[in-house]
Amino acid sequence: MAESVAAGRIRAAPPSGVGRLSLSATLAVLEYCALNYRRNWRGTLFMTFFSPVLFLGAMGFGLGSFVNTGSGAGGAGGATAAAVGAVGYAAFLAPGLLAATCMQTGAFEATYPIMARLVWTKVYHAMLATPIAVIDVVAGQLGWFAIRLALVALAYFVVMIAFGLVHGGPIALLIIPIGVLTGLCFSAPIAAFAATQHNDNGFALIFRFLVTPLFLFSGTFFPIEQLPAFLQPVALITPTYHGVAVTRDLTLGTAALGPSLLHVGYLVAIFIAGVVACRLTFTRALVK
Amino acid sequence: MPTQSETQLGALIHARGLTKRFGELVAVDAVDFDVAPGEAFGFLGPNGAGKTSTMRMIGCVSPVTEGTLRVLGQDPATDGPQIRARIGVVPQSDTLDMELTVFENLLIYGRYFDLSHKEAGRRANELLEFVQLDERKQDQVEPLSGGMKRRLTIARSLINEPDLLLLDEPTTGLDPQARHLLWDKLYRLKQRGVTLVLTTHYMDEAEQLCDRLVVMDKAKIVAEGSPRELIAQYSTREVLELRFAPEVQDSLDGKLDGLAERVERLPDRVLIYTADGEAASAEAHRRGLEIESALVRRSTLEDVFLRLTGRTLIE
Repeated sequence: MAESVAAGRIRAAPPSGVGRLSLSATLAVLEYCALNYRRNWRGTLFMTFFSPVLFLGAMGFGLGSFVNTGSGAGGAGGATAAAVGAVGYAAFLAPGLLAATCMQTGAFEATYPIMARLVWTKVYHAMLATPIAVIDVVAGQLGWFAIRLALVALAYFVVMIAFGLVHGGPIALLIIPIGVLTGLCFSAPIAAFAATQHNDNGFALIFRFLVTPLFLFSGTFFPIEQLPAFLQPVALITPTYHGVAVTRDLTLGTAALGPSLLHVGYLVAIFIAGVVACRLTFTRALVK
Repeated sequence: MPTQSETQLGALIHARGLTKRFGELVAVDAVDFDVAPGEAFGFLGPNGAGKTSTMRMIGCVSPVTEGTLRVLGQDPATDGPQIRARIGVVPQSDTLDMELTVFENLLIYGRYFDLSHKEAGRRANELLEFVQLDERKQDQVEPLSGGMKRRLTIARSLINEPDLLLLDEPTTGLDPQARHLLWDKLYRLKQRGVTLVLTTHYMDEAEQLCDRLVVMDKAKIVAEGSPRELIAQYSTREVLELRFAPEVQDSLDGKLDGLAERVERLPDRVLIYTADGEAASAEAHRRGLEIESALVRRSTLEDVFLRLTGRTLIE
């Protein structure tokens, strides 16, 4: 009815609308997401494994050989040096790509799919007519994001192992949860934003002005020290930078406890803020 | 199992002074009603009358702004999930997952009620047979007809074997055959003892399905009773519908006076409310009016609504 549509903009959500978290309800939401994903899992799973091969092949080894014969490797010449240098750049790049791809996937999953369930098919509304509460919807949906992101990170990890790009020992396995966390730092706040939108116009802006620049300039392809001085503090506040930095430290075997904890702590803080925002905007969108 | 308070109240739904406001807008204005177990109860009214807002409060998805509401003896503000576990909801627009199959839609919905996969699957098969969709079980939902989607939504609402079924405009937009098939299914549910609460702006639907109904207009309940009672109270036994050429209808002033208890002029016809339609028709002809057509019919809820609000239901 017209009144309920108009109302959403005026009325703040009552705090009671969010409900109490229930494990079985959260798992049911997660199960829905998995069931829905199964419809096109073949295509996305193929892309998940194919894109690291593609990116590492072209950028890590192709562009990398070029980088290492030039100023990037300090002008070192000779065929052998170039080959070692190329692997060196690939090893530098791979963890960055892992974190940045998690960001990209995390951001994408939180835009159109969320809008579809909120506005187009109203699948969330259908859930809320059952014992499921808003907080279960948020928890189940974020849980699903985590699973999706874990697949992306795992794919990169496997490809990196295959290319011999992991030097950090077993502790390098931590890059999978950190990739997930980096992705969630985008999924959670962007899903919260998606829940405030009535159409998908805003999403193109997110990709154009947030995701793509962060993919390129957060230390993924080159250290942020190469950025103009005024942009370096900007890079420092992005979750992508911290995700890239700690992932790289872990795979190159250069991780130190203090800085790593700072990076992860920052990511956790952003993620929690995103969850709080989701809780608020999902309640506003769904409880009227 | 009815709870203690439910037994004491004797009503599945109990509303007193129930109010819903959206900012300045009053969607539901202090309405009182009770729904007894096993009853088919209807909210009749035009779009924007507050029917859906009332249904959403009963369904525990929209917080009550003011007043008392008890559903199955419990308070939606504190016991929402427990109440929702025992009700079935057919929303105004289908909220099916178009990418999933017919069967998957039911299965996952059963999971929302924490049914095991086995149990949800068993009930899904049973319900698909009930709504005559068993042959489409493995098909995707998207290409199904509107009537089939509606039937699937009804099947879905029954997956938790609800004590109370809420239907918001269950047949709006369906063709007559699909509507009759749905009515038949709802009638069977009622016979099984399921309490039905539905909103509609179709008089025939209300007359077919409802034991008792309230007429809503501008956020308030303006009348309550069985369809028969409402007609007896607010209308006459018969209605004479007279059609005139447009220029004739515009110059009727006074010419119909005294013909019947009440005369209602609509843009395209004039309704004469009377106990004896034939006699009124004869009198109109005797007065020499240029009548294009005359029809005598029984009063319907539409007439009740017209009387109560001065408007037709669908406008």
